[in-house]
Amino acid sequence: MNTAGILDFSYSLGAILVMLMIFLSMIRALAGPTAPDRVAAINIIGTKTLIIITLIARIYGQEYFLDIAMVYALMSFITTIGIAKYLEKGALD
Amino acid sequence: MLLDLVSIISLIGGLFFLFVGTFGLLRLPDVYNRLHATTKCDTLGAGLVLLSLALQSSLAVGVRLGLLIIFILITNPTAAHVIARAAYKTGIHPIISGRKSDD
Repeated sequence: MNTAGILDFSYSLGAILVMLMIFLSMIRALAGPTAPDRVAAINIIGTKTLIIITLIARIYGQEYFLDIAMVYALMSFITTIGIAKYLEKGALD
Repeated sequence: MLLDLVSIISLIGGLFFLFVGTFGLLRLPDVYNRLHATTKCDTLGAGLVLLSLALQSSLAVGVRLGLLIIFILITNPTAAHVIARAAYKTGIHPIISGRKSDD
């Protein structure tokens, strides 16, 4: 197996491992005792999903998936800020 | 060839730090401890995996991956700070050396 094949295999295996880590983080998001635990777990899941999107862009050779990854990062950040502000103030003003 | 080696080492390091962050999220006792573990480990892990991809790609894709790394480096600590602030203001006290309260 040449080096390009080893790299492709490594990226595919890495995407599968990050997917398993998302399932492990989902345990904390479902069973977290307080609400900020769940918000933190969902923030972590968003970061790992971003990594999976970029790995899939490399595996399938589609460059425009990176733009989707940028938009996903922005939406994940705004969602986390919004939920945290709602927990803090009880309203979204 | 050297670039491929650096890329694979960076990928393995990034996956290791992502796993450490997930383990800390599952095993640590407090919301502040969990944020402490996951934020730094996930930021470094995501940066290393994206660096491993950027070393293998062309210039246009590499610039976009660099922008993603800078964006993650800005937003991830900000999100953790806002979550910890919300947790403290809603009355969740950190565990300090066996005591349940900090007052």
